[in-house]
Amino acid sequence: MTKIMMITKEGEAFLARIQEISGEAITACDQCGTCSGSCPMASEMDITPSEMIRKTQMGQQDVLSTKAMWLCAACFACTVRCPRGIDLSKIAEALRQISLRQAVDHIDIAGIPAPERARLPQIALVGAMRKFTS
Amino acid sequence: MKPTTQTKKRRSTKRDDSPQPVHARSSRTMFPYYPGCTLKTTAQNFEDSALATAAILGIDLVEIPRWNCCGVVSSLVENDRMHHVAPLRNIIRTQEMIAERGGEIESRLVTLCSMCTNTLRRTNLFLKENPEDLEAINDYMSLEDNYEGGVEIVHFLEILRERGFDAVTNKVSNPLEGLNAAAYYGCMLLRPKDIGIDDPEDPTIQENLISALGAAVIDTPYKKMCCGSYQTVQDRYAVAELAYDILTHAQREGAEVIITACPLCAFNLDDRQKEVRERHPDFRSIPVLYFTQLMALAFGLGEDALGFELNSVDPRPLLMAKGLLAPR
Ligand code: SF4
Ligand code: SF4
Ligand code: SF4
Ligand code: SF4
Repeated sequence: MTKIMMITKEGEAFLARIQEISGEAITACDQCGTCSGSCPMASEMDITPSEMIRKTQMGQQDVLSTKAMWLCAACFACTVRCPRGIDLSKIAEALRQISLRQAVDHIDIAGIPAPERARLPQIALVGAMRKFTS
Repeated sequence: MKPTTQTKKRRSTKRDDSPQPVHARSSRTMFPYYPGCTLKTTAQNFEDSALATAAILGIDLVEIPRWNCCGVVSSLVENDRMHHVAPLRNIIRTQEMIAERGGEIESRLVTLCSMCTNTLRRTNLFLKENPEDLEAINDYMSLEDNYEGGVEIVHFLEILRERGFDAVTNKVSNPLEGLNAAAYYGCMLLRPKDIGIDDPEDPTIQENLISALGAAVIDTPYKKMCCGSYQTVQDRYAVAELAYDILTHAQREGAEVIITACPLCAFNLDDRQKEVRERHPDFRSIPVLYFTQLMALAFGLGEDALGFELNSVDPRPLLMAKGLLAPR
């Protein structure tokens, strides 16, 4: 049985944009699920990493309002295991960039309660600022 | 890109006794060294223990002048030249130091923090593989010398492996007999593959060190799993759940201490035990040490090198009870 899925014009443009920012061959994903099975943050995510790439493949822009892309810790567990050689960490970064390039920050470092902020080492703060702020 | 090639997998966690040239062990070697910012603050005990143990092994780590933060994480965007500038400045500082000191210093930059290692290596590899980008960035950084591509970035653990872990054992005056230690790698030492310092699925470098120090190696499947990294800033309880899994799996295998090479892993696994206890009242705390602190202990070094007062879970009661640390 052949199943035909439709992708809209805007969807195609969205896919092309994410492909361009990430440099990854997003359409090569065959949904094996290895990334989701390797992801340490998957249990906290609203959609799994393999759903994240599937939605992107299909040009579904609502992927941008999921929590998942912000929960990726760029740990590269999926990167080293994907049988299709796709680096999903770069796709999650590209999705975050769509929002960050509009100068919309994901977190407010100044809003972290002072005692907690004082506890956090630079390495955590600088890393979070790089990934979550524009 | 890997300075040392592993021809075969070492399943055994016994000492690495590959033959080493004698001169490498007998004379002192000087390396340029990049500390990164966290080793000057919350992880000062990482730097102190590393410099002291390196000196005992005949390795002098010379801090490069005017270094800057590498940015912690690499940009994962295609051709994002701008974010290579901060790591590259440090590589150029290294190139200058090598030129000034002629043949007396190695042309490899030694790092300790896993995240700095990863970020500097990714930039170095990117620039070596993409001459056009290197040229563009060199032109952009008009006040700096051009980077010629001759610097290598090596983690201190790789230097230990290359010189042979026997050289470490030779300096042990306080063998860590009866101590069960588990190695934790996290991500940045191992992944991506072309950046990592060991086999990404079956690393042994820290296990070989643990054995060389006389402690027992505890293996745990969670040693390569991410601790949540910078997610600790936006959701500390999500990170605490990861820490709970990592720590309790090691404990179940019998671990009494865990070693790491990353100040962020250390924060998430050590300091976040406070949050772990809030969520899991049955959790028993476990000390998390830098691998260099374990070395300093086995080398019989004093408090200045050990720096245990900066560890969140104090390892001293356990070590005293085991007769590995003199009571004060
Ligand atoms: S591991 Fe690779 S191929 Fe498999 S679902 Fe994930 S991205 Fe797709
Ligand atoms: S890089 Fe991101 S998506 Fe991939 S396994 Fe790690 S946290 Fe999950
Ligand atoms: S990664 Fe960290 S420790 Fe390394 S230099 Fe940057 S903030 Fe500092
Ligand atoms: S384990 Fe955690 S902090 Fe350590 S390198 Fe990985 S993400 Fe980083």
